[in-house]
Amino acid sequence: MRHTIVSIIAIILGLVAGGILMVLIGSNPLEGYTYLFQGALRNIERIGNTLATATPLIFAGLSVAFAFRTGLFNIGGSGQMLIGGLCATAVALSFDVSRPILILMMVLAGLLGGALWAFIPGLLKAKFNVHEVVSTIMMNWIAYWTVYYVVPGYFKGEFLETESRKLEEAQTLRSPFLTEMFQGSYINMGIFFAIIAVIIIAFIINKTTMGFELKAVGFNRYAAEYAGMRVNRNIILSMFISGALAGLGGVALYTGNASSIQIGILPSQGYDGIAVALLGANTPVGVFFAAILFGILYSGTGFMNAMIEIPPELANTIIAIIIYFAATSVLIERLLNRFRKRRSGQEMNGPVGKKGVS
Amino acid sequence: MWTIIEQIFPYAIVFTIPLLITALGGLFSERSGIVNIGLEGLMIMGAFASAITVHYLQETMSNHTLVLWIGLLAAVVIGIIFSLLHAFASINLSADQIISGTAINMIAMALTVFLARNITGSGNIRITSGFSPMDIPVLSSIPVIGDLFFTKTYPTTWFILLVLFISAFILNKTKFGLRLKSCGEFPQAAEAAGINVRRIRYSGVMISGAFAGLGGALIILTYAGEFTGSVSGLGFLALASLIFGQWRPMGVLAATLFFGFASTIANVSQVIPELKVIPPIILKIFPYVVTLLALVVFSKSSRAPKAAGEPFDSGKR
Repeated sequence: MRHTIVSIIAIILGLVAGGILMVLIGSNPLEGYTYLFQGALRNIERIGNTLATATPLIFAGLSVAFAFRTGLFNIGGSGQMLIGGLCATAVALSFDVSRPILILMMVLAGLLGGALWAFIPGLLKAKFNVHEVVSTIMMNWIAYWTVYYVVPGYFKGEFLETESRKLEEAQTLRSPFLTEMFQGSYINMGIFFAIIAVIIIAFIINKTTMGFELKAVGFNRYAAEYAGMRVNRNIILSMFISGALAGLGGVALYTGNASSIQIGILPSQGYDGIAVALLGANTPVGVFFAAILFGILYSGTGFMNAMIEIPPELANTIIAIIIYFAATSVLIERLLNRFRKRRSGQEMNGPVGKKGVS
Repeated sequence: MWTIIEQIFPYAIVFTIPLLITALGGLFSERSGIVNIGLEGLMIMGAFASAITVHYLQETMSNHTLVLWIGLLAAVVIGIIFSLLHAFASINLSADQIISGTAINMIAMALTVFLARNITGSGNIRITSGFSPMDIPVLSSIPVIGDLFFTKTYPTTWFILLVLFISAFILNKTKFGLRLKSCGEFPQAAEAAGINVRRIRYSGVMISGAFAGLGGALIILTYAGEFTGSVSGLGFLALASLIFGQWRPMGVLAATLFFGFASTIANVSQVIPELKVIPPIILKIFPYVVTLLALVVFSKSSRAPKAAGEPFDSGKR
């Protein structure tokens, strides 16, 4: 509850800061936000697009949140997504099998690719105590250059050197049923996978021995070790699952929302995952709602940019500011405490004052 | 082989210098006990500030060299101001330093492009001319050394090297430097000795902001010539160099030189026949893989500041 209030205050402060920015560049913030929310939610197609935009963010947020529960900071979501997307694309372009089997293989390939990319930092952390922040950043750049050379080398597009061959509709997560239901939106099966992932991860964290052990390692690794838990194994396992989630995000991003993988770009969604996890207080359900909010901001700014001259980077700026406020939540909590104290102080003084009058 | 080294050398140095000054900034911050993962963002802010200053001043002022140095100054000032956000969060509010630093990165990446797009439309800011390389008289005619070190050098290179030596002196020989390091090792003891830990940590973070801003500006004003909204991960590479260099100024110099050369070799490999046989992907990922290996090797004997990353709690024992 407390976390929810802090998160909501951080969101409000971020939106206010975004409004101030709009005023600074000479636009009307009310008009800007109206267009933003219209752009994200005005009709069923736009709602579909918003959900699709949120899908990779849900995975990226779950990935960061899950590792965080074990006290690990997986900052390498971008690289893991990229490798996950690459593996899924490679499978889609290499195998000619029936659609359900192909989709299953793509999902598995993406999951394993992402997991492998996070497994290495997990192993280095467990065996050599290498800080995972630095190692995952290094892994990001290794992923970047791997995609940079593998895609043009083996899966070159027909027209552009800088992206892979386009996947056909049957090779992606798109489904005619969803596209029709959302009136031409690019929403795809990724959102269902994301919801399933939220449920599974919530179950693992809250209801299983494994989840309990992972959290125990996160709270105090020495106490966990003393209690007989295998700390190193849990660290590696946590990174593995975290990477698998990010890899799935890559599958949803590159073979669901998009239909090709581009070189020379680390997906920003990996980074946003940190923001999503932080705002969602590292709980799967919180992550879900935070990702939807960011989805609204991202998909709405395109429309806003088209209607009035506000650069679409406003969304990133608002998200970044929300994160700063979420990171400094101590400040918000202090203010809340002071506010509560003052209120309870008044209640205590109130009756006394009345007594004095009578 | 020698000609290759001779050809690569100036480029490698130019690439090394922004990395060096940024890593040095990170060194001040981490040695005072504050992990600053926001170096990337601070570099971006510096790059943006210098690009915009130089972009406008070059239209009005005729003294081009002066304009460029004003651009560097602007980057330093903006870097310091922006680093205060990180200092405030991690020193006053005991926020998680990694999350705060990440927020700094995200704000810088988004805000600069937002503003740049508003100013120029495309989001890129071009400057007409940056620092130009020159030969140093007399010294450049020394055989071997002259060709390597004193031809086609930027004045800023010498300036940054000067800053490096002054920094090393400050850290090891002055009261401020020793106090700064003590705050990163055992802040409670430092406080008991009468040192204001918070103030020292503020100055550490602010120095990192100034240096990282400078690093970002140097990218624009020496080899890039245009602000495009990113410094392509150099801030993170600086962070890695800091660890690679084991938190010592000369170690950082060696580490950044390594990265400078590795990256330059990867960049020019396609035009040099001897290097063309190696697949480019190997050359590109080489620096990162070596960093990972180095981290493993150093893990047993790491000299990381002991209190870095921990919020200061004066009552903790």
